[in-house]
Order: sequence, then C-alpha cells, then structure tokens
Amino acid sequence: MRLDCPMCGSRDRREFYYQGDAVMLARPAVDAGEAAWDSYLHLRDNPAGQTRELWQHEAGCGAWLVVTRDTVTHAVSAVELASDVKRAMA
Amino acid sequence: MRVAGKGLVDRSDTVTFSFDGRSYDGFAGDTVASALLANDVRLMGRSFKYHRPRGVLTAGSEEPNALVTVGRGAASEPNVRATVQEIYDGLQVRSQNAWPSLDFDIMAVNNLVSPFLGAGFYYKTFMWPRKFWERVYEPVIRRAAGLGGLSGAHNPDSYERAFAFCDVLVIGAGPAGLMAALTAARGGADVILADEDALMGGRLNAETYEINGKLGHVWVAEVVDELAEMDNVRLMSRTTVTGAYDHGTFGALERVGHHHGRRDEGAPLECFWRIVAKHSILTGGALERPIAFQNNDRPGIMTAAAVRAYLNRWGVSPGKALTIFGNNDDAHRTALDLAEAGVRIAAVIDSRTDVDIKGDYPVYRGAQVFNTSGGKALESVSIRTINGVEKIQTDCLAMSGGWNPTVHLTCHMNGRPTWRPDIQAFVPSEGAIPGMVAAGACNGTFSTHGCLAEGAQVAGKVLGMLGKKQPDLPLPQAEDAPYRMAPLWAIAGKGRAWLDFQNDVSVKDIKQAAVENFRSVEHMKRYTTQGMATDQGKNSNVGALAVLADATGRGIPETGTTTFRPPYSPVSIAAMGAGAQGKGFAPERFTTSHSASVEAGAPMIEAGLWYRPSYFPKPGEKTWRQSCDREVGYVRKAVGICDVSTLGKIDIQGPDAAALLDFVYTNMFSTLKVGRVRYGLMLREDGTVMDDGTCARLGETHFVMTTTTAAAGAVMKHLEFVAQCLHPEWRVAMTSVTEQWAQFAVAGPKSRDLLNGVLDTPIDNDSWPFMACGDMSVLGVKGRLFRISFSGEHAYEIAVPARYGESLFRELVSRAQGVGGGAYGMEALNVLRIEKGFITHSEIHGRTTAFDVGMAGMISAKKDCIGKVMAGRPGLVAADRERLVGMKPVGAVKLLSAGAHIFAKDAEAVRENDEGYVTSVCFSPEVGTYIGLGFVKNGPERYGEVMRVVDHLRELEVEVEICPPVFFDPEGGRARG
Ligand SMILES: [Zn+2]
Repeated sequence: MRLDCPMCGSRDRREFYYQGDAVMLARPAVDAGEAAWDSYLHLRDNPAGQTRELWQHEAGCGAWLVVTRDTVTHAVSAVELASDVKRAMA
Repeated sequence: MRVAGKGLVDRSDTVTFSFDGRSYDGFAGDTVASALLANDVRLMGRSFKYHRPRGVLTAGSEEPNALVTVGRGAASEPNVRATVQEIYDGLQVRSQNAWPSLDFDIMAVNNLVSPFLGAGFYYKTFMWPRKFWERVYEPVIRRAAGLGGLSGAHNPDSYERAFAFCDVLVIGAGPAGLMAALTAARGGADVILADEDALMGGRLNAETYEINGKLGHVWVAEVVDELAEMDNVRLMSRTTVTGAYDHGTFGALERVGHHHGRRDEGAPLECFWRIVAKHSILTGGALERPIAFQNNDRPGIMTAAAVRAYLNRWGVSPGKALTIFGNNDDAHRTALDLAEAGVRIAAVIDSRTDVDIKGDYPVYRGAQVFNTSGGKALESVSIRTINGVEKIQTDCLAMSGGWNPTVHLTCHMNGRPTWRPDIQAFVPSEGAIPGMVAAGACNGTFSTHGCLAEGAQVAGKVLGMLGKKQPDLPLPQAEDAPYRMAPLWAIAGKGRAWLDFQNDVSVKDIKQAAVENFRSVEHMKRYTTQGMATDQGKNSNVGALAVLADATGRGIPETGTTTFRPPYSPVSIAAMGAGAQGKGFAPERFTTSHSASVEAGAPMIEAGLWYRPSYFPKPGEKTWRQSCDREVGYVRKAVGICDVSTLGKIDIQGPDAAALLDFVYTNMFSTLKVGRVRYGLMLREDGTVMDDGTCARLGETHFVMTTTTAAAGAVMKHLEFVAQCLHPEWRVAMTSVTEQWAQFAVAGPKSRDLLNGVLDTPIDNDSWPFMACGDMSVLGVKGRLFRISFSGEHAYEIAVPARYGESLFRELVSRAQGVGGGAYGMEALNVLRIEKGFITHSEIHGRTTAFDVGMAGMISAKKDCIGKVMAGRPGLVAADRERLVGMKPVGAVKLLSAGAHIFAKDAEAVRENDEGYVTSVCFSPEVGTYIGLGFVKNGPERYGEVMRVVDHLRELEVEVEICPPVFFDPEGGRARG
C-alpha cells in the first residue's frame, strides 16, 4: 500500500501511522452534551465503500492527513492535509 | 538417462552432489531433479498422507512431489523443490517424510488402511474422547503426516530485504515477457524483468520452437544480452514475484545464494524485495495439468511439458520407453521431440477420435489410460480403446490434460478469473489488479507468435499510458499453431485417481465431499484439503473443480474457483522478516552515559528500546538491595547523579505555544512565568490520564516539555494531532529534541554545592529557586538548568548538547563521589519516588483518571482542555472508585509485591471481594519497611484501615495499613530548601 503525502509524494505504507475515522476533526463544544461527545469518541460508521480516515506521516514530514479510501477496493481517491480540511470546516 | 546432443547444460563442467548419502554426478545447469533423472533415480519423495512413493511430476516451482531437504545441520532447508534447486559441488540433498528410508517407509502402511483415511477422516474419527486429541491423536498424526523438519537450531544464514521502483514490472521472461520488456525498454521506460528461473526464456528453453529461424533459446540469449546492456533495465533472475498488493506494490523473493555452496562471504541466502511499479505486465505463462486416473502417481509419470523440458533443456530422458497420453495437439510435440532425439516411444494415446497423428510409433486414438502398475517406478500402463483393454510396457508416461494459464497473481486482490470454454481454462479478468495487464500464455494465448505479438502489444499500450512512444520493433517470426483440445479431467474407473498429489486428494474424496453436501468449492477444499498444500493446487485445482462440477451437476464456471492468495510459491519467514531478527527486531537506544554505566558494572535494564542502569554495585555488596539502599542514601544525605535523558523532550515554539499547552494539559501554562517550570497532567479525550511531566518556559513563546520515557512518542503524536487537526489556526511548531540533549539529575542536599563547582556562574536560592529554569554555562558549555525534583530532595536537572553528555556525566559522578555521593540507577530512582508518592506509568496505566490519582483539582475550571468533558462523567468521579493510596505492612509478613490484590481484612480473597490492587512497591530505607502504592475503593477515606493484600501468583499474603501515598517529607520543605 502507498499514500501520496501532499508534502512528500508517494511513500510506502510503513511510513504512516493509522489513527481512525476523520470525524476526529469535528471536536464537539464543551457544552455539546453527552450524546455528541459519545458519538465523537466512540461511535463509528463501518462502510463498505468510501471512507475518510486520519493518517499521520509519522516517519516522514509528520503531517496529519485525511485519506479518502474505498474499504472494498483499497483505492485511495484523495489525500489532503488535515489542517487544510479543518480550516475549510471553520 | 542423458541424451546425446540435447540440452543447455554445460557438459564440460561436471558437478558432484549427494542424495540420501549417495554421490551423483550432474552438469552445471542441472537441477537436483534433472540430475537425478539423468542418473535414473526416479523415487524422490513420499506423499504427505499415505506415504506413497513419488517421483517428479513437473520441471518447475509448481512441483508437488519431489520435496527434499538441502544442506545439513543448522543450515539445512526443508521442503525445497528438487525441480528448482540447482546443483553445485558438495550439495547435500536428503529425502524427507520417510522412515527409516525413502526406499522402505514404515508409514506406507497408511496406504493400506487408506479406505479409513478418506476425506473428512480427521473430523469424523478423532472427536472422542476429547482429552485424547492433544495427548494421543495429534502427536501421532503430526509424526505420520508431515513434510521436512527444521533443524531446531538458530538459522545461521543471512537474509536481506530491499526496495525497487520502476515504470514497468514484467513478471515472467518467456516469449511474451521478453518481447514486452524489450518493447518497453526500447520505448524508454524503466523496466524490471523478473523471472523465477535461473535462466530466462521460459518455455523457449524447454521446446524446440524456432524464432526468426533460430532455436528459441538462441533468440532468448540475444534479447537478454540486449536488455542487460540497457541502463533503464534491471534483470532479476531467480526472483519470484510472490504477491501483488495495493497501489502497484509487489513482493518478490530473490534466491541469491541457493545455487552455490558459499555461505561465508557475507552474501545473503535470499532477498525479499518490495517492488513498486507504475504498471505491471503479467507474462507468467501456463502450467500443464495432469489427468486423473487410477495410480497416476507412480514415479515415472509426469506432465508432457516436464518430459520435453528434461529432454530439451537438460538433455535427459526420464525413461527408456516413453508413453504419451493427452487430450490436445500440444502433447504430440513430446513424441516428435523424443523421436527426433532417438528415444524409444512405446505408445501415443490421444483421448480424441478426430485427430490426425503421424509417427513411427504405435498410436491410439479415442483411447484412455485407466490404470498403471509398478512399485517404486512405473512398469506398465493399462489402456482402454474401442477394441478393448491393453497393457503397454513403459517406464515413463507423459500426460497432458491441457494448460492452465498462471492467473494466480491476478487473484491476489480478490479478483476472480474468467472461464474460457474454448480453452477449458481460467484466464485473468481485466482490471483484477489495477495497473496490471496480462499477455501470452497466462492470458490464454498459447502459440509462440501469439505470445510475442501480445507481449509487444501490451507493452505498447503501457508506453502510451506513460506518455512514451512505442518503438519501431519488428515482430520476430514464430510458429502460430492453434491450440486444439477436448476436455478430459478424470478417467472413470475403480481405485484412487489422484488430483492433488501433494495432499493425497483423489477423485473419490471430491465426490465424497459432494455426497456429504460440501458442494461449495471453499467447503470442498477445506473438507478434503484439496489445494491446501504448499503448491496451492497449481496442478490440481481446476481438475478438482471439474470433478466437483460433474458430481454436483453444474458447469465449471458456476461451480466457481478457490481464491489464490500470496505467496505464489512459498517464501521463508526468514526472508520476509529479514533484518528484524534479534537486535533488528528491537533496536537499542543508548544514552550518552551508557559506556560509563557499563564500565561501572551497572546491570542495564530495558526501558522501551532504551537501556538504563539498574544500580551501580560496589565491592562487597552481595545483593542489588544493598546497592540500591546505598544509592538512595546518596540522594537523601549527600548528592546523587542519574541520567534522565530518556525522558521525552519536546521543544514547543510560537505565539500560540501557551494556548496549545493550556489545551493539552489540565492545568494552566499561559500563566507560567518565563524562567519557571510547572508540573502538568495530560488526559486523553476520554478522560483517562495520558501522561505527566514538567514543562519549562524558556521564553515568552518558547517551552520545553518533558514526557515520561514510555509516552514520548505518543505525546509527540498527540501534540501534532491537536495542532494540525483541531487548531490549525494556532501558530505553534514542535519538534522532539530527546536525542539532542543529555540531561542529568543532580539530587540531594549537596546538589547546589556540587553544581557551583562546575557552573560558570554560581547560583543560589534567590537566583535559582525551586521550579526555576534557564540557560547556563557549565565548564564552558552552554546548556540549561532546571530546579526540579523527582526525589523530594533539593535537586536539579542539568542539560547539555548530547555530544558533551558523557564527559559531563563522568565529571558530575566523580565530583559527587568526592562529597559522599555518586551515581544512582533505576532501582534507587524508583524508591525515591515511591517514598514521595510520585506516580509513574505503573499508576497512570491507561485506566486511571485524574480523580483516581488524587489530582482532580488540577483540572482547571477556567478553560477547556483535552479530556475535560469526559473526565467529568459521573462514573469517573465516583467516590467508590479505586483511588490512589499508600500502604505499609503491619502484620507478621513484611514483604509487599506489585500486582497483589487488596481485600477487606476479614474477607475471603476471591474476585467478588476484590477492593483494589498494588501498583508499586519498594523497601524504604527512610521508613524502615516495605511500602507500596496502589488503588483501593474509596481510597483516601480508608486511611488507617488494616486490609488484606494477597498475591495469588506468588502465594504471598500481607496485612497492610492504608495510608496517604506520601511517606516522606509530606510538606515538601526539602525540595525547596
Ligand atoms: Zn509527508
């Protein structure tokens, strides 16, 4: 498996650390309530198809990445800097 | 026997090797199989289950029968295919799975009781009594049914792994592969051409086909020579592409040293490659399939393609009077080649009636071989014709049931091959592996002309996708015979007709599975073990599928296929794990004081990958406790020196550095003054404690955070996550500087005096009070000084660039020794912190909260922080949670052990009554007894209560009094003094 780091280019999977669903970017407000926090921390979709997930180029530039990947084919359709994605959410 | 004038072996270079202790001669270029056949040795192995005598079935890596053990002692290698192993002088080969000898194998008794050992035998027979399975059945079965064994000794051979990158990976160097590689290379692409064989050329080395009027192997040599001269081509022979993985990544095993006996020159035995290719061209050829009939497994019966390979490539005839049995035109080439070489042909049998066969030998049309006879070698075959039954004396039968394209790699990413009725075989499905195209025989194109044309064509297509032009390359002239065949899978008849030679699966077993309703291919496979041997059913899966289809009244494509998975052929774990054995598996991280500690005789203990001194023994000390107690005394009474460089150090800078720290620590850091240090507690978002440590403010926008040794990596990742994923608007950057700074604790009442001997500007309590920090200069070297304490004593940590670490450590220890102190290790460090109730990851072990460790008050009410919301959940702040306490033994037993559980004084020590557990213990010289830290329900509310501590593992029971976790100087005056 390979990922195209926007900073470093195409690199082997071994250089990356896998975190989990990219919903981690959407941290609820302090007063969002138990349900929102429960969902943020514990509840994850398990799609057969496209998913957005967080990886870190740990053994490279250190950038956190949002990877759009198909869980059935493993095809990666996009790799974005998580900081760009987060800024766009604001 | 050798055939004069045939073969590509070097007859001027005689090679001597041994098989089962007997010496044999062969020629350079021979495999073990070809050399043994040349010496008329045909019995090469015993089958897995029934121990039936077996010879070679094939001439390649798909060989199911002739598995041997190569080498001796620790360097011996089991389950090597005799058809792949090249011979060299001194090579030692042994047969396996036979006892006492290959010729007389006691376990062949299995063959006689075979009616009881059919499909599903294990499942049906050994169900009861249950206890017998582990003690009786399994050991007996494992001894009886097995392949070669490992030596049991450490593997002395070395292995390597390597990466390679290319535009085009061509897999297989037959006519299609060579043409594809040549086209791609001339078109300017970076090409890797990999082939599992020592000699590139594929079937062209095994046939008598001509290309451009020259023998095939001559054309091959010319093309290989041209490719070898090109800078943009890497030729990888003896390299099997074993797996196709995501995004153009391939695994490949290069057999670097198996073909010679030189083991002491540092070269690896094998190299495991990861090849990354923009495009790949699969030109893996095809494998001929056997035909199932009674006793089709006797030594001397092999595929027709194997017979031609032994004849044309190795100059060997596997028999003196050969019979050919097939269902297709291709099989007749065997007779033509043999006849031309002067080998006697006993008969040619074609199952088809409508074929025109000419030859100077007996020919049977519309006939079938239905049985054979002979013991350890074939003696005759029985055939059935329209005129009746006949017996033919023959010592070698070449059989051909048609060809199966080598589709394996195209199935590695879950792709299913496509059935082509015209060739009665599966071919690769388009797009099964992104970026891969198939050409030649593996794509169902069998003529030499077809292979060359298709190889050139797909390479042209790939060049186009790479933005390069297809070169002007004329297509060589070659035969273009059609592939005519009629399906023939299994011959009706009594007895066992073998499909999977390696796992001893017969036609009967497949039918039995169908009868018992294991009709799905995957069920049939698991029930019968069909295709589950190391050849992964390369020779037998399609035949077994046809039998199952027939037994269940379905067509072959409806019946399905099993899944081929990597590796294509077996890969040793040693090769895949190359570089990751021993220290490669767990690299060592050394502090700058490492050699000084080792010189002082300190036993080094692992802390993650780091090595730290346990204690520094002195002459006369008999136990580690004596050393430890002495070192604790240095710190409490004089001064001790300890290397604390392994703690994580993260440099954090930027206008928003303070905001980041406020957000990741529970307590405030934006209020910290420049030149001061503060203790901080860090939570995970779920409210559990992640880590703790100190953080120093060196400037308005510059902090240095320390983490525990264990959590350094995790904290760094966490900080980057917060900065990039949650607050990218913050202007803050961080970098790990753990390795850049050597840092030493200087702890004890005499610490400042000692430091003032080495600091270029002396300090006092006003200039450097408790929790002060800043730049300083030590013996002319610029560094940093932090007045922090992990021992409760007046203490400092001094940091210098790592290159000065060793000399500073030696200097500090030597000065400490001059004033009644010295170096202290991890044991003393642990005692000092337990006496003060300071927590480590023994306490913050991933299940405890700030509330549990008595630090709920450190969660600032004035701000948000990671973990704050979830830490407030009612269940995480309930009074009856297990909370941090101290404990001292008060009964007869004075020993404590970490991991023991805590019960009420009079309660039975069972799980239901469990009230907590012990996390850290030590003997405290200050208190005079063992002391411990642990967690007890309602913790602080139970100070003074006597409880029962039971260690069920060490069978230790102690009465303790629960007390506050700080055993020494609870007011903290000593650290401030
Ligand atoms: Zn990167």
